[in-house]
Amino acid sequence: MLHVAAALLLALGTAGGAAAGASKGVDCLSCHADQSLTDQAGHSVYVDQAKHKASVHGSLSCTDCHSDISDYPHPEKLSQVACETCHSSEAGDVDASMHKKAASPSCLACHNSPHEIVPVSDPRSPVYQLNVPRTCGTCHGNQDFAKQHGLANVYQGYMDSIHGFALNKSGLLVAASCVSCHGSHKILSHKDPQSRTYRTNIPNTCGSCHAGTKAEYFAGIHGRKLNAGDTKAPVCIDCHTAHQISRAENVAWQAKTPATCGSCHKKQLSTYSDSFHAQVSALGYVEVARCGNCHRNHEILPASDPKSSVAPANLVATCSRCHAGANASFVSYRPHADTRDMKSFPALYFSARFMNLLLGGVLSFFGLHTILWFIRSVVHQAGNHASVDTNA
Amino acid sequence: MPDLILEHEEIVEQSTTRTYYTRFSLGQRYLHGVVMATFLGLALTGMVLRFSRSGWGSSFAGVVGGFGAILFFHKFCAVILSAAFLVHLGDVLHRGLIQRDKGTFWGPNSMVPNLKDLKDLYGHLRWFFWRGPQPKFEHFAYWEKFDYWAVFWGMGIIGFSGYIMWFSTLFAKVLPGSWLNIALLIHGEEALLAVWFIFAIHFFNTHLRPGSFPMDLVIFTGSENDAEMKEKRSGEYQRLAGADQLEARKTFAPTRWLKNFGRTMGAVVIVIGFVLLWLTVASFVKGQ
Repeated sequence: MLHVAAALLLALGTAGGAAAGASKGVDCLSCHADQSLTDQAGHSVYVDQAKHKASVHGSLSCTDCHSDISDYPHPEKLSQVACETCHSSEAGDVDASMHKKAASPSCLACHNSPHEIVPVSDPRSPVYQLNVPRTCGTCHGNQDFAKQHGLANVYQGYMDSIHGFALNKSGLLVAASCVSCHGSHKILSHKDPQSRTYRTNIPNTCGSCHAGTKAEYFAGIHGRKLNAGDTKAPVCIDCHTAHQISRAENVAWQAKTPATCGSCHKKQLSTYSDSFHAQVSALGYVEVARCGNCHRNHEILPASDPKSSVAPANLVATCSRCHAGANASFVSYRPHADTRDMKSFPALYFSARFMNLLLGGVLSFFGLHTILWFIRSVVHQAGNHASVDTNA
Repeated sequence: MPDLILEHEEIVEQSTTRTYYTRFSLGQRYLHGVVMATFLGLALTGMVLRFSRSGWGSSFAGVVGGFGAILFFHKFCAVILSAAFLVHLGDVLHRGLIQRDKGTFWGPNSMVPNLKDLKDLYGHLRWFFWRGPQPKFEHFAYWEKFDYWAVFWGMGIIGFSGYIMWFSTLFAKVLPGSWLNIALLIHGEEALLAVWFIFAIHFFNTHLRPGSFPMDLVIFTGSENDAEMKEKRSGEYQRLAGADQLEARKTFAPTRWLKNFGRTMGAVVIVIGFVLLWLTVASFVKGQ
């Protein structure tokens, strides 16, 4: 399409018509090469010929885009250049996207100066992989803008994330930028089932890079439930967040994982909290077992599944990863024992009640004993002093 | 400055006219010192884990050097306390069973509770309500025996459950692993009882009650004077005086150095204990 138009215009140019005179560009530049040239509103209408020649549109002449100019002098007010004349597929995508619905940015908002557009693979391009976050951030990193449009201000979160770090600090082209997950022209709301960021599409979106993890996830109970149509099944972002994704080796993040899993698995979190594992983990140290150490992180399976890391037959192997020498008796330890559950844990239940009674009994008796003793002693001492005084 | 003058007179008076009697042997004082220091270490590092969801818990862990350091200090103190416990147990059994010293298990100097303790408890409670005279306490009063047996039982229970967890895979070769659940529960609850009992009840009973306030130095100096003995342990004083055994208990007045040492140690421990008491009670109430 683009090439056809260019060839056609080139043919017109050589034919030397009235319009073709302007289309050579040479005539236009007799005015527009002037750096101080502005329109009535004061906006610069200068065109850098060298940059334009080097751009992806360098082979086009002015009137290819500014098609309403046919003669000189041209009208002061020109109609908007229609990129879709050539870029119809991209324009269609944008039309279907959130950006069109928000009626906000034109092509130029992302692709920058119209006369200097370079290929996306060129590091100078605002949509070059390493430049994408900053380009999107011109609007989405602006707190006022985000507030005004009811958007979550995710820019800083992304920049501080492992993706942002890999992209900005390490300069990795393979690191995810905004477009890696959201797409570029057809950005849809995460509420739209067609969207790459719609809940049930997220494992595939993340999985387009994290293929190994995706396979593990779909082998696990969370992925299986999602495939079975359970929209409440957790997807990547429920545990990792969408933008502030931390490195999995990050200790602070690891220490928070029990609370993350516990936001759904409330009872399991409560019983885990009674364990030594949880006590150490809550202090912020990760030398102990958190959920994933026993249940695995992605390929999580119920204990009833023989392939599960917590299936009875696999417990010795799982516990042995930390507790060298663990045997069948050792793994009868219950990491999720409940001191309030008499039926399932009678010995523990009665031990807990006994300790409650012991603490309550001893502390109440001696607490009261101490208070009474204190009162009596104060009076007794005062009496002693009084008698000493009278004797004196 | 009337206070200073009074204190000065008191010192002069005590060191010149007071007679001092031995209450604790050097061995007992050392034993108490070791138990006190290691208990403090165990309580600090243990309560940090017991209340790990509290802010002070993680701050303390950070200051000490992390979980590894906490566990090391905890085990280090535990081993020393266990050794002290075994030395004491060996000493008691040696005195009682090999030397056949009947006073170890029976009589006024024994830690074994007897009928008089029950009567003293009843009498003391009556005295609290102005219903009778102050009981004439013996060498060890009933609450002191309770302190002793609480610590004794506590060391047995907390120590045993602690070693079960420390050597969990080893213990699991002889005991069911489900005991580990009970071990942690008992370890933590009994420890909480010990911390609260020592830092509230023991501190009050021995140091902070009127008559001992601000501190009873006898565990550091080993001796107390006749006035203190008559007031606190009139039963023992009268028994010894009646049997002409007071003379054998006579000792030198504690040196100023020893008293200051006792005051410093005691003050530090009492302050740390109160801070920990406050933090643990506050966290317990908050359900952390």
